[in-house]
Amino acid sequence: MKIAVLVKEVPDAAVQKRIDPSSGRLDRSGEKNLNPYDTHAIEAAMQIREGGAVEVDEIVAVTMGPESAVRALHKAVSLGADRSVHLTDPALAGSDVAATGYALAQVLRRESPDLVLLGQQSDDGECYTIGAVVAEYLGQPSLTQVIKLDIAGDELTCERQAEYGYDTVNVKLPAVISVGDAINEPRYPSLKAIMGAKKKPLDTLATGDVDIDASKVGAEGSHVACGDFKAPPSKSAGTIIEDEGDTDDTVGKIIAWLDERKLLA
Amino acid sequence: MSNILVYALHHEGAFNKNSLGAVAEASRLAGELGGEAHAVVVGAGIADDLAATLGSYGATKVYKADGPEGLSGPVIDVMGKLFDGGDYQYAVFGGGLLGFEIGAGLAARIDAGVTMEVTAVNVVDGQLAAERPILGDSSISTSRYKGKGIIIARLNAFEVKETGGSAASVEQVSYEASTQSQQANIVTRGEQRGADVDIEGASILVAGGRGLGKAEGFQLAEDLAKAFGGNAAVAATRAVVDAGWYPYAAQIGQTGKTVAPKLYLAAGISGAIQHKVGMQSSENIVAINKDANAPIFEFSDLGIVGDLNKILPKLTEAVKARKG
Ligand SMILES: Cc1cc2nc3c(=O)[nH]c(=O)nc-3n(C[C@H](O)[C@H](O)[C@H](O)COP(=O)(O)OP(=O)(O)OC[C@H]3O[C@@H](n4cnc5c(N)ncnc54)[C@H](O)[C@@H]3O)c2cc1C
Repeated sequence: MKIAVLVKEVPDAAVQKRIDPSSGRLDRSGEKNLNPYDTHAIEAAMQIREGGAVEVDEIVAVTMGPESAVRALHKAVSLGADRSVHLTDPALAGSDVAATGYALAQVLRRESPDLVLLGQQSDDGECYTIGAVVAEYLGQPSLTQVIKLDIAGDELTCERQAEYGYDTVNVKLPAVISVGDAINEPRYPSLKAIMGAKKKPLDTLATGDVDIDASKVGAEGSHVACGDFKAPPSKSAGTIIEDEGDTDDTVGKIIAWLDERKLLA
Repeated sequence: MSNILVYALHHEGAFNKNSLGAVAEASRLAGELGGEAHAVVVGAGIADDLAATLGSYGATKVYKADGPEGLSGPVIDVMGKLFDGGDYQYAVFGGGLLGFEIGAGLAARIDAGVTMEVTAVNVVDGQLAAERPILGDSSISTSRYKGKGIIIARLNAFEVKETGGSAASVEQVSYEASTQSQQANIVTRGEQRGADVDIEGASILVAGGRGLGKAEGFQLAEDLAKAFGGNAAVAATRAVVDAGWYPYAAQIGQTGKTVAPKLYLAAGISGAIQHKVGMQSSENIVAINKDANAPIFEFSDLGIVGDLNKILPKLTEAVKARKG
């Protein structure tokens, strides 16, 4: 079977994220990295391959994004993907969630994997929805936030936490599954894998290569426009105590604070 | 066209509180748009009487469809069909996992725009505009829709308000299950894992996260709760519940409980939005985290930057001493 993993390049967590006031979009310049949540999806693919319950012929990493996004693909390959596909086209800039899902679905149609995996959320946009959108465009079942994934033949048994506790759901392949970060502990890439990543096959595609209807993507083709950015109601900053050295002193301050609010009465 | 469709999630004969909030909000917005709010309920053998109670929150009509509970597919099928009828421009969902899945799938099905984590909705020029905090809640952006729009709320964003409306009319709808929705089957729903602990009545909660390091780390949190005495209990994040360190019944957040104790003391918790939504109304929030940049410090009243392994044992002793 073939597994596709959707990955994304995101601003490094240590970098302050901001909105570019001129375009109203997230400022995506600065240090970038593979979305940390995606590493769990790659690891899940690797564990299916190594688990031996099914024969995995190929793991393909797929991304949509500007030129710089190849770095995320290199990282994905160093973590175990066999090759990668990069959808990149100026026409895609400013796509909303639905348009992005549509474009990715068009790439996946070309690849026709048995299973599509993705991370539970992106570290920047924080939508947990792209999997459900992609699945709908492909006409495949989807489940998000999966923390246990077993595969037998063409059926997956998935567990996840929903509103009322843990749910177990059986899903027939082909399917689109987003995995929670509790599903596994992603491995670190070996130095050899990092060095070799750039030599693995990489397909670069534009919208025309995968029959993307240009009127359905980009800022123009999107159904939502974001703007009017404003600051949230300010909450007075709390007191901060740094515990440096004398913990007894720190604890004394905490106790005094609690006392003042009658929380030790 | 100015009517709004709302999904009402239910389980074991009761509607989800967030869904009731969504119905109330949709009813308010539909009123401003000059239309009505209609709710959708999908499940096995839903009583008409139960469905009709959504009228008290402002729904004038409830569509009832038979189908498996806990899956997004059948609900997308039903709502997609209703949208095809042409009477609706917007759909509203309360916060929760299924709301995210259904709302996103529906957007693709009916060619609509979707906004998630919405905290407020306004009517601007006869259209809905949805506010959503972004970038770790440091900014709020407003989404406007070019055509049909889907709004998925953040947990507890909409007030559960009874409108004094009368019972809603209930209409059974049939629908054709799409291939994709036939490919998923629910095996078990709402399984409770771990002990049945009670945290909702506690006035002091000591909450532990991944920073406790391992399951045994929770002993530090339990010792502190015990030192506080009577009305204190231990709570947890999803990360540690999923890892099996602590029972699900103690989880705070989007797919856990919502609490508002007098004191919420978070140890080794980063303060992710999905956790924050379950505890931000606490009267006093104290956080211990070794990372000075942890988001939790942005909404705590007292933040202690340091190693919980050093601080918690001493704090427990000090509280014990005070309590005598
Ligand atoms: C749809 C959805 C629903 C979700 N529902 C929920 C929910 O209901 N509840 C929930 O909690 N989460 C939920 N989450 C997950 C949420 O996004 C976070 O992943 C989770 O809350 C993180 O838990 P944590 O703070 O324990 O772990 P982490 O984010 O890993 O944070 C651990 C923290 O501990 C600190 N730390 C480590 N060691 C020490 C030490 N020795 N001393 C002091 N500090 C230390 C670290 O600096 C770090 O900040 C949901 C996510 C999604 C996408």
